[in-house]
Amino acid sequence: MLLSLLVVTALAVIRLRDLFAVVMLFGIYSLLSASLFVVLDAVDVAFTEASVGAGVATVFMLGTLALTTSREKTPGAHKPLLPLLVVLVTGAALIYGTSDIPHYGDPGNPIHQHVAPRYLEDSAEEIGIPNVVSSVLASYRGYDTLGETTVVFTAAIGVLLLIGGARRRRRSEEPPRPDREEEDA
Amino acid sequence: MQILGLYNYWIFIVLMMCGFYVVISRGNLVKKLVGLNIFQTSVFILYISMGKIAGGTAPILTGMATIYSNPVPHVLILTAIVVGIATTALGLALVVRIHEAYGTIEEDEIHAQSEDEAL
Repeated sequence: MLLSLLVVTALAVIRLRDLFAVVMLFGIYSLLSASLFVVLDAVDVAFTEASVGAGVATVFMLGTLALTTSREKTPGAHKPLLPLLVVLVTGAALIYGTSDIPHYGDPGNPIHQHVAPRYLEDSAEEIGIPNVVSSVLASYRGYDTLGETTVVFTAAIGVLLLIGGARRRRRSEEPPRPDREEEDA
Repeated sequence: MQILGLYNYWIFIVLMMCGFYVVISRGNLVKKLVGLNIFQTSVFILYISMGKIAGGTAPILTGMATIYSNPVPHVLILTAIVVGIATTALGLALVVRIHEAYGTIEEDEIHAQSEDEAL
């Protein structure tokens, strides 16, 4: 049911030309996928997706729309046929690939045999907190989290250089106007 | 259960192809980024579906449940979500800069302008 709603939202994103509506639908899509993660027992992932995907990403996109334009041009030269063909062929190949995938929800799947049982059995003694996801994230795979923080830091520097630097340069090029200064402050 | 055993994976493929189609067929840069995010979320759904065990509960050790879903994909996807928002923010910042430089966020108009400058 949730999955079907996700597909409907994604198709609406393809059809719509109003970028504001597209961004709002993307927020709905993120929230729906967060609900799906709750159903699939991934509560930590669900609240991260709800806050980051549906919250922060939507705010960033709305900010971008406010700084640029919120209307998509109707396509003239773009032919939708070739992309559609590429997508259909790729999708068919992937669907063919799923015939070998172990079935959903089966406890005998290979993914459940190797590392996960050890985390589930020993993490309570070794780390001492009941939430296994937290103990794996912060302790067993702590270096991953450190790397993730590095990525976020690098991205923040990149964004500041791209947007903050441009604004300063423009201000030094243009003669200072009192109304402009007020706007930026 | 046997018939629906692959349903999650098929929906994942449909969503992924929706995102892929938006990325390769639309010229608007913001829409491309939304498509990329849809693509990304579909991959999250694939991983979380793999971690689910029928009848299991969330991997929080309470002592009452006996079957827990697999926590490893959850951890991977938590990291992926945060990295995803970082790349999205960087992409959106690039879009804002492109709009400042060219006055448009449509791909073909940008191409036309840079060809004019080259001539």
